[in-house]
Amino acid sequence: MTDIMHDQVTISPTTLSIHLTINGRDHALDIEPRVTLLDALRERLALTGTKKGCDHGQCGACTVHVDGERVLACLTLAAQVEDREITTIEGLADEDGTLHAVQAAFLEQDAFQCGYCTPGQIMSAVACIREGHAGSDEEIREYMAGNLCRCGAYPHIVAAVRQAAKELRP
Amino acid sequence: MRDFSYLRADTIEAARNASALPGAMLLAGGTTLVDLAKCGVAEPSTVIDISHIDGLNTIDITPERAVIGALAKMSHVADNVEVKSRFPAVSEALWQAASAQLRNMATIGGNLMQRTRCPYFRDPQNFPACNKRAPGSGCSAIGGVTRGHAVLGVSEACIATYPGDLAIALVAFDAEVHLGERKLKVEDFFLAPGATAEREHDIRPGEVITAIEIPGSAAARRSTYIKVRDRQSYEFAAASAAVGLELEADGRTIRDIRVALGGVATRPWRARAVEDTLRGKALDEHIVREACELAMQGAVDHGANHYKIALAPRVAARAILKLGETA
Repeated sequence: MTDIMHDQVTISPTTLSIHLTINGRDHALDIEPRVTLLDALRERLALTGTKKGCDHGQCGACTVHVDGERVLACLTLAAQVEDREITTIEGLADEDGTLHAVQAAFLEQDAFQCGYCTPGQIMSAVACIREGHAGSDEEIREYMAGNLCRCGAYPHIVAAVRQAAKELRP
Repeated sequence: MRDFSYLRADTIEAARNASALPGAMLLAGGTTLVDLAKCGVAEPSTVIDISHIDGLNTIDITPERAVIGALAKMSHVADNVEVKSRFPAVSEALWQAASAQLRNMATIGGNLMQRTRCPYFRDPQNFPACNKRAPGSGCSAIGGVTRGHAVLGVSEACIATYPGDLAIALVAFDAEVHLGERKLKVEDFFLAPGATAEREHDIRPGEVITAIEIPGSAAARRSTYIKVRDRQSYEFAAASAAVGLELEADGRTIRDIRVALGGVATRPWRARAVEDTLRGKALDEHIVREACELAMQGAVDHGANHYKIALAPRVAARAILKLGETA
């Protein structure tokens, strides 16, 4: 950030030059202050695995991790997360292509139909398990409620999260 | 979304100075501001990012009180072990609000500044008339679809429902909001619309919320938050109740009771008539149900929201009776 201020108030220029750390890689970009993390990922960095559904924080399709916690990229300004660690669906599998346990469980349990909500579901599920909120089907449903699936694959999504939770937190 | 200048405040002092700039708005979690900017409702000329200020996200709990920093995340407060044991209604109100992702973003201070979900307020293109957005322009909700609108604290200028959950628990337990030097009851922080629907909070230019403080009490320890809604999760309240209960040594006479309602009023609504009636009475289902009806004194419906007048007292009674069952 060029205009970090301390006790003085400084108005930033119209275009901000920022660095984002995404999946362990540093990206430099010039953006307008209003650009969301979601638009920066999709339109500027070609990381289109993160989906734009409602763009108003109501569907969960744009779920990513910031400093290890799941958040919505559509309501996050890119400038706000300049010095945070951002993880998207592209950064989940190992370098050699080995899928994350949650990705594998979604395949095994057939936990999607059209697939549009799936990256958000998976990013949300990884965090849900890590938070310790996947202890029962009821708890999984409550803590995955922020991810809508218009195909209605919910029973299989719950099964996938349950399976992955068993593997990751036995 | 109209573009704006972005600046980052690294200290509370800098945030205070910057927030006094014309057209400036504070950005913490962004879940309200970024959303409303996309709707064309919020049009800041400058966005002041306060989310990087150090030391404002602490959760400090003693038997006497909880002091929660303005930048503490909703999810962290909800999962805090001490909050769960000493202020269960606060934890329950938080985890039943929004979604896990939004709770990881949204802060406690920002939560108090959350705006109404009135669909007319949120849609300036189709509904130019809104006294909250444009004072004196009228109210599109009155005469419109009102299923989600308030029945308590309404005026001819505005019937928009206060949408939050946390503040319902806060007003029940006499919490205060810290605005730097100035401290005031959360209950007084929220303003009913009256003839000035655009003024929702008692906050002045240059003031920044730094913390909330909740006094500890027996009623806060034995408390709960019940939220009834159209979906089981991830939905705003049709009616909700934050309730706290303290019984005498006989185990059935009510010594202290707190009742506050959400989803039915234009601001977080403390139901003092219910509390005053029940204090000193036996915890009896019939007495509780009858007393809870008093919460709806002065209620005004606009057709489709009539059901709230029947629903809210039942939610409050259910919460009280649930607490009675837990010894």
